[in-house]
Amino acid sequence: MRYSIFSLVRNALSYHQDWPKAWRSPDPKPEYDVIIIGGGGHGLATAYYLAKEHGIDNVAVLEKGWLGGGNTGRNTTIVRSNYELDGNALFYEKSLKLWEDLSQDLNYNVMFSQRGVLNLVHTDSAIDAAQRRGNAMRLNGIDAEWWTPEMIARQVPMLAIRNDGYFPVKGGLMQRRAGTARHDAVAWGYARGADSRGVDIIQNCEVTGIDMKNGHVIGVQTTRGAIRAKKIGLAVAGHSSRVAAMAGLRLPIESHVLQAMVSEPLKPCLDTVVTSGVAHLYISQSDKGELVFGGDLDFYNSYAQRGNFPRIEHVVASILYLFPTFSRLRLMRSWGGIMDMSMDGSPIIGLTPVNGLYVNGGWCYGGFKATPGSGWVFAHTIAENRPHRLNEPFTLDRFHKGYTIDERGAGPTPGAH
Amino acid sequence: MLLIKCPWCGDRAEIEYTYNGDATIRRPDPATTSDNDWLDHIYLRDNPSGRHDELWQHTSGCRQFVKVRRNLRTHEILRTGKTNDDFPEDAS
Repeated sequence: MRYSIFSLVRNALSYHQDWPKAWRSPDPKPEYDVIIIGGGGHGLATAYYLAKEHGIDNVAVLEKGWLGGGNTGRNTTIVRSNYELDGNALFYEKSLKLWEDLSQDLNYNVMFSQRGVLNLVHTDSAIDAAQRRGNAMRLNGIDAEWWTPEMIARQVPMLAIRNDGYFPVKGGLMQRRAGTARHDAVAWGYARGADSRGVDIIQNCEVTGIDMKNGHVIGVQTTRGAIRAKKIGLAVAGHSSRVAAMAGLRLPIESHVLQAMVSEPLKPCLDTVVTSGVAHLYISQSDKGELVFGGDLDFYNSYAQRGNFPRIEHVVASILYLFPTFSRLRLMRSWGGIMDMSMDGSPIIGLTPVNGLYVNGGWCYGGFKATPGSGWVFAHTIAENRPHRLNEPFTLDRFHKGYTIDERGAGPTPGAH
Repeated sequence: MLLIKCPWCGDRAEIEYTYNGDATIRRPDPATTSDNDWLDHIYLRDNPSGRHDELWQHTSGCRQFVKVRRNLRTHEILRTGKTNDDFPEDAS
């Protein structure tokens, strides 16, 4: 059923009791053309684009829990493409372009709001670096604006523009087309779109093994029995190392915990996303009015989906330095998600040494904004058995060949990216 | 807050330490090593979900490196010791 003002009115007349389910819950078939492991945003987007762009609809998405219950439901919902290096810039810009039409494409409101992302800078050398990045973005056809402290004071009146202390605001790089989206809606919209094109979405189905024969995948073992397929895509960021180990692969990834938190709801007061690389924080206001913010990793390997208090204190202290007026707000919730921290801070999307096995992981802090682009190039990679031009730089063997994409220049230290 | 026992200073809070990652990595001999060994050493990690031997440096204390065995699902610290202490595979 197509969602529209008419379907809304029609269903209002029946007190919204008769809405059809947005997707089916089928039992797994014995064999599919493609199996996607992981029913988060990336896995569902991959299945959607496999069916829509490549006509491959005999596809199963296997999810061990519920749709979007992992990092899709745990992020701070920021979407942007303000990268300097060509590999990153072109890929994330493709993703941002898909975001701009996503609600229409899916016939599902993902509440994409292009409210802009402002990266604050606090030192003279950071001004140079930010302007250089802004120029690189514009050369790649991506919008970027330099904002002086006076412009920031006018546009973000809540922000304390002070010229003392640790983080004086010296200016900022603004990407106006960036913004936020509703994270659950992205998973649900892609699920509904994929399901309506024939994809089987199978929840509560954990993959326990990957079957191989002569260096080629032939299927998976799951908690709901064996399922055969000649092509298998991993989209399980956070746990990529564990699932890849089932096929005998070691990945250049460590799993770390990243925390986020929300305040109690407020009247609208912050109409853009504000980030600071030095203080390492990012803050925005959700449509419900809560301030959503996060900061650094806890900086140790973890699979626990929860972090510790020193990081919360650090994030809150940084927020209060820049926004002293938020000091009397109460925190409502905090939570943690497990990040695939890759060795160069960039994702891995491509082929593996095992024939028919494709990997999509290593998203570090930035998986949410990549969801449409990630699914789009991963579907191409699986369908054609070779990467698309946009994900050619993100191959698994770049570490061996020395073509790492180290946006931050931090070297092979996963926690530092 | 993790409470990590430094073999020299005793129980200290996590904020006194800097994390240094997997303690099982061994630098290959540059004279005899291959490209693949370097790839393995620099980039590839087991990244287990469960028991993990790792290094923490007591940067705000004695500055010594401490070897820690920790459960990555619960954050429980199972044992700590000096970097050259042998943590048996079969023990917790």
